[in-house]
Amino acid sequence: MEEQDFTNVKETENTQPQTYTFAQHPAELILESGEKFGPITLAYETFGQLNKEKSNAILILHALSGDSHVAGPGGWWENFVGPGKGIDTDKYFVICSNVLGGCRGSTGPSSINPKTSKPYGIDFPIITIGDMVNAQRRLIDYLGIEKLLSVVGGSMGGMQVLQWMVACPDCICSAIPIATTMKHTPQQIAFNEVGRQAVMADSNWRNGDYYGHCIPAKGLAIARMIGHITYMSDASMAEKFGRKIKAERATSKFAAEFEVEGYLRYRGDNFVKRFDANSYLYITKAIDYFNILNGNSLSDIFHGLRAKVLVIAFKSDWLYPAYQSLEIAKACKLAGMDASYCEVNSNYGHDAFLLEIEQEAHLISNFLKSLNGNSKEPGKD
Amino acid sequence: MTQKAEKIEFGVFADWIFDGASVLDLGCGDGELLSFLIREKRVRAQGIEMNEKAILNCVAGGLSVFQQDIDTGLSEYTDGSFDYVILNQTLQQVKKPDPALREALRVGKKTIVGIPNFAHYKARVSIFFRGRVPVTASLPYQWYDTPNLHFLSLNDFRDYCKNKDIQIERSFFKSFNRQVHLLPNIFAEYGFFLLSKKR
Repeated sequence: MEEQDFTNVKETENTQPQTYTFAQHPAELILESGEKFGPITLAYETFGQLNKEKSNAILILHALSGDSHVAGPGGWWENFVGPGKGIDTDKYFVICSNVLGGCRGSTGPSSINPKTSKPYGIDFPIITIGDMVNAQRRLIDYLGIEKLLSVVGGSMGGMQVLQWMVACPDCICSAIPIATTMKHTPQQIAFNEVGRQAVMADSNWRNGDYYGHCIPAKGLAIARMIGHITYMSDASMAEKFGRKIKAERATSKFAAEFEVEGYLRYRGDNFVKRFDANSYLYITKAIDYFNILNGNSLSDIFHGLRAKVLVIAFKSDWLYPAYQSLEIAKACKLAGMDASYCEVNSNYGHDAFLLEIEQEAHLISNFLKSLNGNSKEPGKD
Repeated sequence: MTQKAEKIEFGVFADWIFDGASVLDLGCGDGELLSFLIREKRVRAQGIEMNEKAILNCVAGGLSVFQQDIDTGLSEYTDGSFDYVILNQTLQQVKKPDPALREALRVGKKTIVGIPNFAHYKARVSIFFRGRVPVTASLPYQWYDTPNLHFLSLNDFRDYCKNKDIQIERSFFKSFNRQVHLLPNIFAEYGFFLLSKKR
């Protein structure tokens, strides 16, 4: 496999993500469904420099609507990842890739199917969190990194962290799952299903074959509005909006009057400009399928894993409640791993993982620092 | 390498605990004791703590710590899964000391308990002559903002152990960071006990 040398790359402001394409015919990636799929392109960005020992690489995994642009201007975690920040790119080599199935440069349903020269649409195969991670593993191999110092992610990113722990225990020194769960619960699936139904009920969806036509903007916007409700908390909404009425006069009986209405509409309308409706269907489905236990018991799931783990939850997060994170920490403990569990006091609900930067920075930067001793311990492999 | 003098009982615990033991510290605070035991006895350490600030300090120190309420139990840990469970200055602060100690004795092969002595002579003087609930070095809180929910003497604790078939294997008493030999229930500010279940 071709390998790139990143140790001498001068840090550049990557405005465009780089891409890596693999799984060409006949060596397609075998998906968890058993289906063979390829070629696959992953869009990724790197920040900071890989050291000579290649021991300072951190893979950051994005949530449902994220992309490879984790740091730098406009990055989805820009206050947390960068020079001198919580994950300090002066010290660490940060990698972030858009997931398989996404629409921000990686292969997904809006990509051109080489067999038909048309977008895949719903001919795109069903993918899982496991498939996303398998694709990421190919990228990490390509970057020449044998062992990641850490894998970090919140929400769906946290599911990928758990998947890394199980799928490739020897490739990671540590793991930081944030505001996530070992398996998607009925309530979580239910919200995703309402979102999908909103997309599919939009007559512009046309069974997924809308490329070159009007997009199902209304449906996707409604899906996003529902999403945003689940990302906030009662308290954070009360604080942000109260019952405040928007300044301009309502033009019709059901125009957005309350600020919260305006906010949700704004969020929904903005989302459709950057996100593909079919990707939304595929990725939410992948999240719903997620069940890292997969018939295993809590005490077996991380058996043999020697990574150090920091599990973080947020008190007001009702979409991924803290007890689900505590469960992860307990499973680590049952496997005899070094694990810490922290429940950050926050009003922001699930959004807290993107907003409680100060607490996260304090926890994670110190946790990463404490690894330096450990990562040099002779391995058993 | 802290500048401040180690608490005298830390050394005593280090004598009680064997090298390389697994230790669970319930209410570990900033992790001062666990860090000491890792350094001195190479223990495999795990802490449980409620306070978020304290958790941050533990993580910063590289300790494994769970933010959890001891009163909700230790159900995830199987019987005897730690060589030692420590409840140092914790037992008087939990809502239900009896279940907490029983859980500690179940999960730990041995349990170490440290408590302030409410029957220390200064406390007795305060109540008897001043008619005031004591505010002393070992009980430094006013009645309205104390984390201590239960007030017991060293003899109360001994009686409790006797009634519950808990064996006190070793004990140690201190005042002003010095060991107390004479009449500990009067002259010791703190008592420390190494416990195990009677067979």
